[in-house]
Formats: sequence, C-alpha cells, structure tokens
Amino acid sequence: MKEKTRGEKEYLFDKPKNVNILLGCFFSSLVVLLIFELFVHKHPHFPWEEWLEFYAVYGFVACVALVVAAKYILRPLVKRREDYYD
Amino acid sequence: MIDTVPPAAIFIVGGLLVPLIHGKWKSAFLLLIPVVGFINLIHIPEGTHWVVRFLDYDLIFGKIDRLSLLFGYIFHLITFISLLYALHVKDDLQHVAGLIYAGSSLGVVFAGDLFSFFVFWEMLTVSSVMLIWSRRTRASVAAGYRYILVHAAGGLCLLAGIVLYVNQTGSIEFGYIGLNGLASYLIFFGFGLNCAWPILHPWLTDAYPEATITGVIFLSAFTTKTAVYALARAFPGTEALIWIGAIMTGFPIFYAVIENDLRRVLAYSLINQVGFMVCGIGIGTALAMNGAVAHAFNDILFKALLFMSMGAVMYRTGKINGTALGGLYRTMPLTCIFCMVGAASISAFPLFSGFVSKSMVMDAAAQGHMKIIWFILLFASAGVFHHAGIKIPFFAFFGHDSGMRPKEAPLNMLLAMGITAFLCIFIGSFPRPLYSLLPYPVDYVPYTAPHVLGQTQLLFFSALAFTLLLLSGIYPGEQRCVNLDADWFYRKGARLFYHIMDKVFNGLSRLLDRVFVGGLAGYLGRISRDGPTIAALLCMVPAWVISGTTGEKLARRKAIVRTAMRTGASPVGISAAMATVFLLIVFLLM
Repeated sequence: MKEKTRGEKEYLFDKPKNVNILLGCFFSSLVVLLIFELFVHKHPHFPWEEWLEFYAVYGFVACVALVVAAKYILRPLVKRREDYYD
Repeated sequence: MIDTVPPAAIFIVGGLLVPLIHGKWKSAFLLLIPVVGFINLIHIPEGTHWVVRFLDYDLIFGKIDRLSLLFGYIFHLITFISLLYALHVKDDLQHVAGLIYAGSSLGVVFAGDLFSFFVFWEMLTVSSVMLIWSRRTRASVAAGYRYILVHAAGGLCLLAGIVLYVNQTGSIEFGYIGLNGLASYLIFFGFGLNCAWPILHPWLTDAYPEATITGVIFLSAFTTKTAVYALARAFPGTEALIWIGAIMTGFPIFYAVIENDLRRVLAYSLINQVGFMVCGIGIGTALAMNGAVAHAFNDILFKALLFMSMGAVMYRTGKINGTALGGLYRTMPLTCIFCMVGAASISAFPLFSGFVSKSMVMDAAAQGHMKIIWFILLFASAGVFHHAGIKIPFFAFFGHDSGMRPKEAPLNMLLAMGITAFLCIFIGSFPRPLYSLLPYPVDYVPYTAPHVLGQTQLLFFSALAFTLLLLSGIYPGEQRCVNLDADWFYRKGARLFYHIMDKVFNGLSRLLDRVFVGGLAGYLGRISRDGPTIAALLCMVPAWVISGTTGEKLARRKAIVRTAMRTGASPVGISAAMATVFLLIVFLLM
C-alpha cells in the first residue's frame, strides 16, 4: 500500500493513518463483541455453546488450524510446478 | 389465463433464435427470454402438465410443485443476471450455449419422468462444455475435454441405474427413490458426480476456472444445483448424504487457502457451499430440507456475484492470479463493494443472505444432536469466511499494490452485480419472502440475539486470525503452482493408460506385422508362385533325363517350363501328363 508515484492521486488506504484507524475499529469491535456476550441470554442446543466466548475462541482456533494445516501439511504434499500436467 | 408452455422450451427455442437477431435488438431479445420465461412460469398452476405418450411410457415435462418451482424461479433470475452480465459478449455461441444450458436445467427440475430427466441432464453437459471451450485457449480446450469425459462417465452410470430401476419398478416416474439396491446406488452416484462429491469433484475445480468470464456465471449456477434438486427429490433423508455433505464443506477450504487462481478459490468454495445443501438433504427434516434449498437459492446469487466481480477484474486486467493482483479498490471501487457484499453473504454475516439459510442447516444438525457434523459445519463456516470472505476481496482489491489502475467494470457488468448484491442484502435482511417459497412451512427465526452474536463472533475472530497470521507472515503467500487434487488419478492415469495401451497393442501390432505381413504372407506367396513349377520340374526332369536330354538342352527346357508355369501358359500336354502320372501312381498303389 505504499508506492505513491509521480503525483498520482492518493487513495483511501494509501495513508497509513487510515489503515490504522481501520485496524483500530476492528480490534475495538472484537472487544465489544466479547463484552456483549455477557448480556445475552442463550438458549443452546449443545452444552458447550453456553461456555463463555465459545464462538469467538472456536472461530479463531479453527482458522489458525486451517491455515497451519493448509500451509505446513497440504501444500508440501500437493504443490507441483505450474507445468506439471503439460 | 395465459396458455403456458414448458419452461425449458422458451429458453431453448429462444437460445436457438439468438444468432438470427442482429444489432441492438440482440441485447433486448436476450434479456426478454428470461422475462417471458418468468411470466410463463408464474402462470403455471401446481400439478402435472404436458404429459406425452412415448412408446409405453408417459413423459412428463411439467411436474410443478413447491420444490421444483423454487429452483425454477432462481434459474430464471440467474439467467437474467448472467445474460445482463454477458451483454457485451459478441460471441453468439456463448449466448446460445448459456440459454440451452439454462433451459436444460429447467427441463431437469420440471421433469416428472426419468427419461426426459436424463435427456435434459445430458444436455446440461453438452451445452455447458461450450462455455468452457468458448474461451479458446489450449488449457480450456483440454479442461473441456476432461469435463465432458467425466460427465459422460457419470451420465452412463446414471443411465445404467435408470434402466435397472425402470426394469425393476416398471415405472419411469421420477420421485423418491431412496437407497436400496444396485439401481438406486448407480443413480445416487450419477447425481453425486454432478454434485461434486469428494473425489468426484475435480471436474469442477479443473474446468470452471478455465471457462469464459461470463460462462462461469452460468456454470456456477446450474450443474451443481440441478444435482442438489435431484438429490432433494430422490434421496431426502439418506444418511450417507450427511457425511458426504460434511466432508464437502470441510476439505475444499484447505485447498482454497493455498490456491492462487482466485476463480479456482471460488470453485473450491462452491463445493464447500454445496456441502451444506447436501448435508441438509441428508438430515432430511423439514427444517433441514428448507435450509438446503434456501441455501441453494442464496448460493446461486452470492456465488454468481463473487464470480462476476472476479470476472470483472479479469476482464479489465486480464489477470486472475492472486500473485498478479492487488490494490484494485482504487480504480474499481464499485466492483470491490459488490465483491465484499458477495463475500459477506457467502460468509453468512447477519443481514446478508447466507445467514438466513446456512443457519437452518446448522440448526437442523443441532436438533438432530449430530455433534461431529455440527462441529465440521461450524469449522467450515469459519473457514469459508477465511478463504472466500476475506481472501478473495483482500488479494484482488487490497493487499499489495499491483500497480494496475484498470477502469471500472462496464455498465452492464455493474448493473448485473448491483442487482445481485441488492438481492443478497434484501434476502438477508428480509428473509420472509424467500421462506414463503420454501417446500415446507417455516417457523424458523434466524435473527435471535444469541445466534447473531455467536455468528458475528465466529466471523470476527476468524478475521482476527487472518489479520494476525498475515501480519506475522505465517499466512501462506500466493505461489504460482499447481496443487494436486483427485484429478491427478485420471490426468496421470490417462497417460499411464495411454502408455500401456500403446505398448501392448502397438507392440502386438508390430509383432503380427512381422509374422503375418513380413513372414507368412511372403512365404505363402512364394509357395503359390513356385510350387507348381517345382512340381512340374519334379515330374518332367526324370522323364527328360531318361529320354537322354542333357546339358544345355535340358537347361533350356527347364527355363521354358519355369516361364510357362509362372505366366500360367503351360502347355496342356504337361497338365495331361501330370494327371496321367497321378493316375498311374494311384493305380499302382491300389
């Protein structure tokens, strides 16, 4: 998001400040979501849905596991040169 | 009351007329076809229509009930959107193929008998492959051939199943089949291939990304969804489908994370979404079936929207690999926004369409106390946000600046994307109209506080995982490469097969050539040419020698006999003498 060249128009995320604002909003919304949960009455199907911040933790862990498995297990197994089938 | 016609007929006849219309009228005509089709469709009352007697069977071209109607509506809608998106295309072949493809899909969903069902089912393959070949690149031609071969195999399997089934039951009516016996398994498998079940799936991820920019919008909508319809009609509540569906939601997301071609990422996420539908059909309760078909409806829209936004990027930049793109939000802001609407919908954000349908399947799994299935589906929900929800918009429109400053997408593309984006948000925010069209009565409320909060937490924290992994450099960078998938077996297997066939049969051919052509034939030729001469000489020479012919005279006589025998001009006397000798020998021996 750098590379401003030769008087080119500056776009929204060309300014690091805007990126930081975006990230700031994102991180604070995470905190708000965590706090909200304390005030919501749940009616779960499974017992673990009642655990505090279950969905937040599951979402985070699932995605880290997904990326780690894809990068360190799947990619070494299946990656071939682009002309593999030619 | 309007006289109605089979919905498929309007599309197929309309499609065939397209090449006859020129100039600015062509665009109007193209858009008119789905509109006329839709007016026709809403005037068809529920029930059975257009029954044609064929041989000893009844062909039914209009089995109209709530299940088929819902698919009918969305197929009309998506055809309109796809045609609008493709209006700038000057290649008639693509328009004709697209319309016949859409018509065949309508033929499949409204077929009341297995015979017409099968004919339309095969027309799907034949018409859709044109949308792949129309790209006219070496890769697309090859992928198209693989696509058609795989579907031909699946089609034959289905046909075998249908023949056995009709033979057993004596009826060609298409309704609930259920898994019992070989016939039903063959039909099940035939449906599953078009549905892109695990291991049977690579035709999709192989061919769709090679299709034309506009063709893939048609492709993403029809083949897999007609298969979902067929499963919903014939195999609801089949337990195997629960697991098949769950696996479908899970495994493609791993591939999607490491895939570089962004349209291929979408192809993997297409399988992932179809998995939710298959799983819902497997669970088979009213809630699950409603969820499955509602999700099919929504998926057609948001998947088309994502493919359209990537198509617009490809149209303007000529590139589609994550490695080559980035930073396009600067000059393609509308496409970027539409893409993000599609991404939010597929990720099932509250207020977007995926939320109101995917959660029905999840709830149905929970109500059935299917713990493992529920965990897999939840994992897939987080994962789909990761690869389709964030990766697609991020790598295309944000991320590193590719330096490209392409123009915004053409107006017709923007309109098509705009309409679809509106529908995604509308359905997500006001699900009642969609719910009222579902096959079973709906008493499901998607917007409850814990559900909204849980889903938002799930998505935001998977976004957090993406952000942290990206910032820490762990997120796998896009790489130019091929990722092996189950198509390896037939792509390499076909080569092995070719090699073995080459060695075995061409080797055999060479051997036989040596033995028969080179050896035996020459030998027989020589025998038949020289045999009579030798026999004649054997008879004559002793007689000449006895009569005192020797030296040069004998040699000359031998030469005369040879010439005479070779040219077939032997004197009658020699033959007569030989016959006499033969008779004498016979006489003496007796």
